[in-house]
Amino acid sequence: MAELNTGKKQQPRVDLTAMVDLAFLLITFFMLTTSISKPYAMDVAMPDKTDEAEKDQLDVADNRTITLLLGSDNKIEYYMGLLDAPIEGPTVVDYGKNGIRPILLEKIKQVPQITGDPEKGLIVIIRPSDKSHYKNLVDILDEMKIVSAKQYMIGDISPLEVELLEREGLYK
Amino acid sequence: MGKIKVKRASTTIDMTAMCDVSFLLLTFFILTATARQPEPLPVDMPASTVQIKVPDTDLGTVTVGDGGKMFFGVTGPKVRVNMLNRMGEKYGLTFSEDEKQRFSLIDAFGVPLSRLKQLIAMDNAQRVDAGFQQGIPSDSTDNQLKEWIMAARLATAEENDKQMRIAIKGDANEDYPAIKKVIDILQDQSLNKFSLITNLRVAD
Repeated sequence: MAELNTGKKQQPRVDLTAMVDLAFLLITFFMLTTSISKPYAMDVAMPDKTDEAEKDQLDVADNRTITLLLGSDNKIEYYMGLLDAPIEGPTVVDYGKNGIRPILLEKIKQVPQITGDPEKGLIVIIRPSDKSHYKNLVDILDEMKIVSAKQYMIGDISPLEVELLEREGLYK
Repeated sequence: MGKIKVKRASTTIDMTAMCDVSFLLLTFFILTATARQPEPLPVDMPASTVQIKVPDTDLGTVTVGDGGKMFFGVTGPKVRVNMLNRMGEKYGLTFSEDEKQRFSLIDAFGVPLSRLKQLIAMDNAQRVDAGFQQGIPSDSTDNQLKEWIMAARLATAEENDKQMRIAIKGDANEDYPAIKKVIDILQDQSLNKFSLITNLRVAD
């Protein structure tokens, strides 16, 4: 009788390497997407509105303040000092690194030199108009973080400043 | 001389166990990633460069979007029930245990109190349906949003013995007055510190 050479019994083995590769790839993907999709929180502190706070108000030198008026069409109008006697401006600029950022950086450097006291730096006053979007507020607050402005506040816009925006066509 | 037998080790490794583990992990991640509930008011958040994550606990979120609609939500089922009790007391409404249980599972809602019972009775898919949730009234005559925030703060303080943090989640294209309204409500309660929820800015 002819002998069948079956040899040793072959174990049915499947190469799992590729499968494991794929599984780990997917794990990595899901791990990263779950942590990335978590939103971020930007902390904001507003000035106290109660009457007591008014007594604490300090007069600051005009040459230390810059006022940013947030208008429509993603534009900012800024001026240094007081509205009726601005030291500089009012000028219209854009958001972002080619718009307001170089101006702020320059002022942050300049102001302590003018006042002659490193403690007395720039004070930024942000005044969003009714025609600006929420995005604009977040953008400008983010800009404060980027240029690391020490003192900034969000205030209400005055009718005179609205007029100023209207004149530039930024209030529609 | 005796022959030395060198046992040749096989180079293939048994991948079965590794495969098991990796698929187990994969299943876990897929499930946790998709288990999030649909939001009743989807908003497109503005981007910023801040990298601080939103806290998971003791947080009240005011969502503003779709032309000034206000939605409110607070974390923690216990806090939600406590908040509901307080609101019920204030407005003379009573809720059954079943309603409280169902309310404690709602992440965020945007209906006036008069329609709250109707919302609780709905199932999840109906709640998200457009048109039903039109926002919490926040006018000066009937400022329910203010009351909800107040109730949530008191509830968090009682249940968890912690100060509730408040976050505003606004749509990027929402007009500023709508956000201002929320900020004013917060400031009236001497809440001068709060968070704005943003996405991560990718470029620039």
